[in-house]
Amino acid sequence: MTVLEAKHIEKHFGSVRVLEDISFSLEEGQVLAIIGSSGSGKTTLLRCLNFLETPDQGTITVKDELLFDAADPATQRESEIRRKRLHFGLVFQDFNLFPQYTALQNVTLARELMAKNEKTGESLEDIRAEGKELLAMMGLKDRMSNYPHQLSGGQKQRVAIARALAMKPSILCFDEPTSALDPELTGEVLKVIRSLADQDRTMIIVTHEMEFARDVADKVMFMDGGVVVEEGTPAEVFGNPKHPRTRQFLDKFSG
Amino acid sequence: MLWNVTTTLLGGLATTVEIFFLTLLFALPLGLIIAFGTMTKFTPVRWLCNALVWVVRGTPLMLQLIGFFYIPGILGLHIWPGGDPGRMMATVVAFSLNYACYFSVIYRGGIQGVPVGQREAGEVLGMTKSQIFFKITLMQMIKRIVPPMSNEIITLVKDTSLARIIAVYELTFTGFSFMKSAGLVWPLFYTGVFYLLFVGILTIFFNYLERKLDYFR
Repeated sequence: MTVLEAKHIEKHFGSVRVLEDISFSLEEGQVLAIIGSSGSGKTTLLRCLNFLETPDQGTITVKDELLFDAADPATQRESEIRRKRLHFGLVFQDFNLFPQYTALQNVTLARELMAKNEKTGESLEDIRAEGKELLAMMGLKDRMSNYPHQLSGGQKQRVAIARALAMKPSILCFDEPTSALDPELTGEVLKVIRSLADQDRTMIIVTHEMEFARDVADKVMFMDGGVVVEEGTPAEVFGNPKHPRTRQFLDKFSG
Repeated sequence: MLWNVTTTLLGGLATTVEIFFLTLLFALPLGLIIAFGTMTKFTPVRWLCNALVWVVRGTPLMLQLIGFFYIPGILGLHIWPGGDPGRMMATVVAFSLNYACYFSVIYRGGIQGVPVGQREAGEVLGMTKSQIFFKITLMQMIKRIVPPMSNEIITLVKDTSLARIIAVYELTFTGFSFMKSAGLVWPLFYTGVFYLLFVGILTIFFNYLERKLDYFR
């Protein structure tokens, strides 16, 4: 089943075109890795999907529901966007944990607010129990009442992943989740993402970790200068890149 | 004699403390509203708020105090009740507006100092704008503004002495009155002790607050 379908996404910052006619789709349980050099538009694409940027052109459809159409302002209403964006979860490069809350509170805050305001009928105990479960799954059982500044980068990022999972997104997005980490701490975060992939979570991962992308992804997209240069299975893109630009990029990594 | 002066000065101190707390009561929230006004995308409001801050910060508080007290009467608008309550009200209005403008700049710095990523993290979790402000930004802003606010609030303690210009019987005026009535100079300088004690208590409070907010970074 197709979970996500993005069509003809285009985005300008002033006169600079950062995304040009991007179309792709994602099946349930698939992991899409987006690779490419800095400034290629990977992050902007992810931010468009999460409604942090508004595309100038194109449509975004999730599970047959048209979430966004650049040509139809009715799809861009503030109150609607709040509901729609919950289809997506986003893990940021620099974590963006809320410093004044404990690890557990970071995970449960949004759900608790939603239960209170929208009368979802969920009890706070259930939400907290679920939050604890998620943190345990991230290997942070004994870190739940720590504040972000008491955690290592890898632990922070795992809290951030638990926080995103707490909202039960259909598609979990990662924006260079290990780029702000020491090489030592990278492994623990990648391990968690790998286990999520094993659980057949639908994910989009923007990353510079080529080995990891090759391992974990079902589909790889190479972007350059705001366009998708090449798209295919990891074996196709990494093993037998067709486009010279892709080859040139990958050569730098195998160096 | 010392006892006599002390009890009289305590009366003046009560008025000083009253001006102080009433000013904070109004200026703290009003400052936040003005801060939002100076940050809004709605240009007329932003200009209006910026103009207000400019005028208030650009003229002496003493002048504003005199203006608020006398100008309505000159224009035939008798908005202040007669006698001491009227003087007190004009004082609190002038002080509140003045301090709200200074506070607004501190608030703005505090809000803009919170990384954009905090707001974005709240947004992708489906929080509303007000939830993001009250549950995420506010606490981080408060932590950032405690040191500059403590400066401003300590200045307010001593600025209350300006109310003497419209004959509000606050601490300094009380101390001064002994010069006229009894030819005594020392009570005026003695008031300094009261100010010192007041500011000492505030300093302890702000240090406590900073330590309280030390649990996160």
